[in-house]
Amino acid sequence: MKKSYIGLFDVIGPVMVGPSSSHTSGANYIAWMARQIFTGTPSKVNFRLYRSFADTYMGHGTDRALIGGILGYRSDDKRIRNAYQHAKEAGIKVEFRADAATEVNHPNTVDIVMQTEDGHKLLVRGESLGGGRARITRLNDIDVEFTGERGTIIIEQKDEPGVIAFITNTFAKRGMNIAFMRVFRKEDGDLAITVIESDDFLPEELKDELLGYQAILSVEMIEL
Amino acid sequence: MNYDFKSAKELLTICKIHELSISEVMLRREVSLSGSSRNKILEQIDRCLRVMDASTNRFHDEDTVKSMGGLIGGESRKLHNLESDKAICGSTLHKAIMAALSVAETNASMGVIVAAPTAGSAGVVPAAILSVYEDCDVELDKLRMALINAGAIGYLCTMNGSVAGAEAGCQAEVGSASAMAASALTEMLGGTPEQCCHAASIAASNLLGLVCDPVRGLVEVPCQTRNTIGVANAFTAAELALAGIESLVPLDEMIEIMTDVGKTLPESLRETGKGGCACAPSLCPALSGLSEKM
Repeated sequence: MKKSYIGLFDVIGPVMVGPSSSHTSGANYIAWMARQIFTGTPSKVNFRLYRSFADTYMGHGTDRALIGGILGYRSDDKRIRNAYQHAKEAGIKVEFRADAATEVNHPNTVDIVMQTEDGHKLLVRGESLGGGRARITRLNDIDVEFTGERGTIIIEQKDEPGVIAFITNTFAKRGMNIAFMRVFRKEDGDLAITVIESDDFLPEELKDELLGYQAILSVEMIEL
Repeated sequence: MNYDFKSAKELLTICKIHELSISEVMLRREVSLSGSSRNKILEQIDRCLRVMDASTNRFHDEDTVKSMGGLIGGESRKLHNLESDKAICGSTLHKAIMAALSVAETNASMGVIVAAPTAGSAGVVPAAILSVYEDCDVELDKLRMALINAGAIGYLCTMNGSVAGAEAGCQAEVGSASAMAASALTEMLGGTPEQCCHAASIAASNLLGLVCDPVRGLVEVPCQTRNTIGVANAFTAAELALAGIESLVPLDEMIEIMTDVGKTLPESLRETGKGGCACAPSLCPALSGLSEKM
């Protein structure tokens, strides 16, 4: 739940694996979110690190924090330190590439490409904002924006009339409140992504119900 | 009852009206804003204290764990092994600076720490309150409340100033942490809310202008030893305040001053790794050797 005040544990906290809230904790959170919205188990993950991430990722353990996120570890999980070993044991191949040259908006940016054995693939771009907070700014070739601080649902759909009405109706029928809703699409594309943040618990059946509609291609959820 | 406050002045007024300590007001504020129960919050405080305590104990390790960047590791152990006739800081401060080194080592080698207020300055508050708790016969409940007191001062620094080195230099990180620790120690040892704010203000003023100049951009050098000066400074400020010595500059003004000073620092001295210790000529060849190894 998003807070509008600075609380005790915003100052005394987070509890985290060091050394940096932006380069370690925030990076971990990006990869954790990426894994949450990926269907299936990745067998191969490629990371491309930009700007400040590219310059100092090793000394900040950004690489291990990212792998940890893919493995589902949160930022206070000690296993992050040995994440390379754990990824190997889990049969996930990881690869890092530092790219200090390409221009990106935020100094702490990473692209994560996850891939399953049978070729299912997803690119997730994330930005680490400081203090362990982060946001996702791209899914495949569509620019998006969400932070996962509330329950978040990400819907990939054909860009055609009626889809959004169906989505909001589905929420309404269940008596669920939509806190934020945004639709992202490429200018020339035929695909769109709807991101909905809700204060309510997101049940699995909601996913199934949405997937029942022909123009909805995939539904992923981030539940904190 | 409204326990929310936006300044040290408001905080002290609430303390006075209700005859409460700073920590008690902060705790009640947290209860009313978060909707959590008092016990839930105290449980979370205990969890923080447990993680803090574990992170201060690196000096037990006989094998040196190097930091991720390779610049530090094993310093708290070295201090632990110092002959007692050379420990001129005295037993409690000796323990405290050892603990501060340990937290920085834990942090830099990807151990678990509690940011307070940041990861880079995470050694100051636990080192101060845990060493005094151990040495000065303080009850556990006072230790818990001391951490909440530190949270109140950190909240004021965050809200009315900055705790980010990239914005306002190391004074915003270790300086704020030191102010938090000074106030916490003062309350722990029986000081009044006013004395806590004097301690925090003195501590912040002593570190005004401290630059953020991490070598290679890593949270290692000089961050680790800056944590030791943060805790020593907190001890000094708390002792002065407990003796009735006051800061002529009120805490609210000091936080503003710190922010203003931070803004006038050149960018090279605000966590960019492009000035100060980060540019020490004798570090440069050694560093290029390091990066080849990595």
